[in-house]
Amino acid sequence: MPSHPEIIIEAGKSEHHYWRDVWRYRELFYFLAWRDILVRYKQTAIGLAWALVRPLFTIIVFTLIFGRLARLPSEGAPYSALVLVGMIPWQFFASAVNEASLGLANKENIITKVYFPRIIIPISGVIVNLVELAVGLAMLAVLLAWQQVAVTLNMLFLPLILLPALLLTFGCAVWVSALSVRFRDFRQVVPFALQMGLYISPIAYSAAIIPERWRVWYALNPFTGIIEGLRWSVFASSPTPPLQELAISLGIATLATASGIAYFRSIEKRFAELL
Amino acid sequence: MSYAIQAESVGKSFILHHQRNRPNDSLRDALAGSLSHLGRSLLRREETDQTEEFWALKDISFEIRPGERIGLLGRNGAGKSTLLKILSRTLEPSTGRIRIRGRIASLLEVGTGFHPELTGRENIYFNGAMLGMSKAEIGRKFDEIVDFAEVEQFLDTPVKHYSSGMYVRLGFAVAAHIDPEILIVDEVLAVGDARFQKKCIGKMHEISEEGRTLLFVSHNMHSIMQLTQRALVLDRGQMVCDADTRDAVTKYLSADAGEDISLPLRAKVDWIDDVNFRWLRQETDIGFNKPLNFQFCFTTEQHTSRLVVTIGFINTIGALVLTCKAELDHLQAGPQQFRLSISDHHLTPGTYFVRLDLWGSDEHLLEQDNVCTVDLFSASTDDRLIQRIARRRGDKFGCYAPITLQILHASESHQHD
Repeated sequence: MPSHPEIIIEAGKSEHHYWRDVWRYRELFYFLAWRDILVRYKQTAIGLAWALVRPLFTIIVFTLIFGRLARLPSEGAPYSALVLVGMIPWQFFASAVNEASLGLANKENIITKVYFPRIIIPISGVIVNLVELAVGLAMLAVLLAWQQVAVTLNMLFLPLILLPALLLTFGCAVWVSALSVRFRDFRQVVPFALQMGLYISPIAYSAAIIPERWRVWYALNPFTGIIEGLRWSVFASSPTPPLQELAISLGIATLATASGIAYFRSIEKRFAELL
Repeated sequence: MSYAIQAESVGKSFILHHQRNRPNDSLRDALAGSLSHLGRSLLRREETDQTEEFWALKDISFEIRPGERIGLLGRNGAGKSTLLKILSRTLEPSTGRIRIRGRIASLLEVGTGFHPELTGRENIYFNGAMLGMSKAEIGRKFDEIVDFAEVEQFLDTPVKHYSSGMYVRLGFAVAAHIDPEILIVDEVLAVGDARFQKKCIGKMHEISEEGRTLLFVSHNMHSIMQLTQRALVLDRGQMVCDADTRDAVTKYLSADAGEDISLPLRAKVDWIDDVNFRWLRQETDIGFNKPLNFQFCFTTEQHTSRLVVTIGFINTIGALVLTCKAELDHLQAGPQQFRLSISDHHLTPGTYFVRLDLWGSDEHLLEQDNVCTVDLFSASTDDRLIQRIARRRGDKFGCYAPITLQILHASESHQHD
């Protein structure tokens, strides 16, 4: 029998070995994610294909409206691929954050009965969405091959640029999951904010259409740096990556994660009472 | 000194919000709250706060040694669940400190976290992981769990199609196989059939015999008596008793009886008044065939002759299983107080409703069903049949008396033919 260290529960004191506990429960990440994936695709007629259908139709619609009808510039890249590159991090972010707003409430029966570090729930929620991210990347590979986009060394940077997207998603998911337990309003706010975000981020269009003088402000949206960075790596559209914007994105993502974890932990112990 | 759980003046308070001041669970409330707070402090106007602090637990201290089997008793709202939730770390205490040595598994509700869409197999893995088992450990115990739960046939069926019995069995099986050093069990035995309840009790015995600590909460005194050695009694958030289970159960039940001092009974004639009848619960030992004592008072305005008192015991399925009778030739007018003792009643452990009848001067003076309830418990010193009956809620059995069996010669009895 594995010997367990002494646990001390004291009023008003935070967990002494929180991160050690997270490590001890590391398999739960996998199990929660696995369960959510199973549940999500069980009893749906086309199963995992849903991960393909959503981005596919969004791309078709956006390409028709913005590329064909509005004739927005795409800087030489195929418009559909331009949209897909924008959609990949956004879709990942949006569905992870949206689920985070419901995640803790859906797991109320577990939270009120069993102890484990609660932060595992938003983290594993993000892990679940990695599946769709992978599907999106596979789609991109197919689309690029079909559109005969040249393969460049820039593409090696793609995973590196996805890193701030991951971090940002995680930070926001932690924030939103804690806030939506504390304030029910967030279940309404989140879908609305995400809908806005879809339009104010350079997803359906290239950031090049933003007038020069607004660029600085526009870069404060962390998705500007991420998406433009990805486009740089995929299409090699400019000689240098948008380093400044990427630095802003990384900074915001780090800040969101650090503050998110701090806030989450500050109210975590009251979850069972608040739910 | 070694301990498994040590609690030092643990308390838990909840803030009750009254209608006027709802909790800040919507954003507007929080914003409005901080604004009005600002306004209040600017205007320096004291406003009566509509919140109230409620202590669900207050100053609870105890120590449980490794391998002890502890019962937790208390009426609804006494704070049992709050204490268990604090021990299983889903609620944070407001005061005090708890030290726990060893892995805790709590069965606060069997099947916690089962997902209805997932199959039995998937849920075993998921539930096990949530209770703190590693994947390898679950794999090792998998067959044992399935065996115990008796669900082999339905392993690949989503648990939403399970019967409630199967659901509970599977939940208990997973939790019981975690190999916790400390197992917290809350009311599982209320569900499941008699055979499975027995199996659960057996498993819990096994766990405690392996030197693990058991904390058991139930309203079923029979199982508390069977499983635990020591019991804590909670009442309105405070610990009122920490003693040997037998004493604690008696104390718990008699505290209960003290509260429900029976309503004054109505006689059938107007010259008898102030009738009161009560079972002296605290004087009744736990175990089979222990003397039962009752107190009976009334005031009579007439001299009564040939007084007869009968006490009937009716079991939970409505059968009158025993009637006891006492007689008195003469009774003077005035207030009367009696003590009635029944020594050899042979009632099996269970619940009985008491019926009272009084005759005197050739009249039926009093006739009352259900004057009080008597709960009888078996003790571990009782004979095994009694213990088995008690476990199966032997209310249906009524009285039990041994038979003297005499073997006669078979050849003699056949000679009639």
